[in-house]
Amino acid sequence: MNAKVPYEPVKAASHPTRRKSTWWVIRGDLPRRTSVTLATIGLCAPFVIWWLYTAAGLANPLFMPGPGQVVERIWSWWNDDGLLTDIGISTYRVMAAFLISAVIALPLGLYIGTFRPVQATLEPLIDFIRYMPAVAFIPLVMLWVGIAESSKILIIFIGTFFQMVLMVAEDVRRVPMAQIEAAQTMGANRAELIRLVILPSARPAILDTLRITVGWAWTYLVVAELVAANSGLGYAILRAQRYMHTDKIFAGILLIGLIGLLTDQAFRWAGRRAFHWQKR
Amino acid sequence: MDKSCISIRNVDKQFETRSQTIQALSDINLEVRPNEFITFVGASGCGKSTLLRILAGLETHSGGDILLHDQPIDGPGVDRAMVFQHYSLYPWMTVMQNIKFCRQLKVISDTVYSQSDVEAASGRADALLNLMGLKAFTESYPSQLSGGMQQRVAIARALMPRPDILLMDEPFGALDAQTREVMHDLIRHVHQLEKSTILFVTHDVEEAIYLGSRIVLMAPRPGRVDSIYDVPLPDRRHQDMKLEPEFIELKREILARIRETSGVQTDLDQLSRLTQGAEAT
Repeated sequence: MNAKVPYEPVKAASHPTRRKSTWWVIRGDLPRRTSVTLATIGLCAPFVIWWLYTAAGLANPLFMPGPGQVVERIWSWWNDDGLLTDIGISTYRVMAAFLISAVIALPLGLYIGTFRPVQATLEPLIDFIRYMPAVAFIPLVMLWVGIAESSKILIIFIGTFFQMVLMVAEDVRRVPMAQIEAAQTMGANRAELIRLVILPSARPAILDTLRITVGWAWTYLVVAELVAANSGLGYAILRAQRYMHTDKIFAGILLIGLIGLLTDQAFRWAGRRAFHWQKR
Repeated sequence: MDKSCISIRNVDKQFETRSQTIQALSDINLEVRPNEFITFVGASGCGKSTLLRILAGLETHSGGDILLHDQPIDGPGVDRAMVFQHYSLYPWMTVMQNIKFCRQLKVISDTVYSQSDVEAASGRADALLNLMGLKAFTESYPSQLSGGMQQRVAIARALMPRPDILLMDEPFGALDAQTREVMHDLIRHVHQLEKSTILFVTHDVEEAIYLGSRIVLMAPRPGRVDSIYDVPLPDRRHQDMKLEPEFIELKREILARIRETSGVQTDLDQLSRLTQGAEAT
């Protein structure tokens, strides 16, 4: 007996389906153009509000300068006050501290994430140190290494290094065990497992960790330039405070934010280029 | 009778947790002949995956002996390849690079003496790609493949170093039913072609019967071998055999035995009370 039933499509009165808005769908998709537009609005809105507020004369210019005043200040800073030197020296300090952190944190994080005894020995210690405020180290740093360039780099280093090690270790630990075991059953030795599986597998996560920690390095800049600096963006902000140059404070903060945003985007771009095999 | 290729004798395995010792495997005995296809089934917690991982050298056993061609095992080795349930492919490598991964390893490269060895390996990689129907995806990355295709790459990669023994830990567990059928015929084909010995862990009884020449049924608490079934099917198999009476009878028998040994019972009284409660309200 054949139990197959012939299928006849039923002609139903068609209801016009209303196209539902996708805006508030949980984790819904957003067309690229819409998301770019929204990002632009998000970035510009505070500036517009700022501009309207000051242009309407609601703010005392001494406390809150208008955008025009800040742009003018950036212009004169660039022409007469050596803005490029300030940006240069600050970028140098941040990058030097960040690179030294990375050079030590990458192998150390790899060891902590790979070998349990190393983790057991170092992780509690690093966890302890990372809660110590970097700012509070300033007097000690001045005492130990003086007020030379290295003191600023050391402050930024203290602020970023310990976080970075733990994050790299976590990235390494996240490498799926099956990837490691598959290589083991093909006869890989320990060095090969690290070089051919663990490192390449953790690379995208590590790059992301670097992207995040370079941002933290920038936030420690102003603190670091508290230490007997006579140049740099953070120093300029601190000195402007002394003379009530609020427009210069605004300019300095905006510039640091801009440099941070550019670095972030550069890291993202590099990640997309290098790890094009990733699913997005 | 053929000489055993794997001898498992009185194998025990205990796990230590903070509060207690768990007997994962208790007195396991099994002789595996070359080119056998053995499938392991059993309720969860019966230690079938643990046994496979011990054979792979990824875990150690607490007592007893495991001999491979009369040699005790010492860690993982190229002679025993393992296929995992998932996440074992290298996402940064193309399909071809994944399959040729073992060529980068010292154990393999030390055996390469001449250009013809290299060419032979290349030829084998191509042959495996063809066998697995992956020719068009040689340069694709795993993230661009479906789950079934990813598992084919994983199997091809495991076969690349010509292992004597292929260990498979629920390799098709994450695949849909149709893809799984295709994979079953593929792996039977590979078994005939490569003459490898396959040990295959699954929770799917139908899969165990269709693939295996012998089925080892394991029982939990403590993990042990409960019974061993010979599969009354010829070497060449096809999907229709799943509907034949002896296939269904064996499946019924094994399922019943797994239920008996699992220690989990559906309390029908409880269930009826539950539905009565629902009717009353």
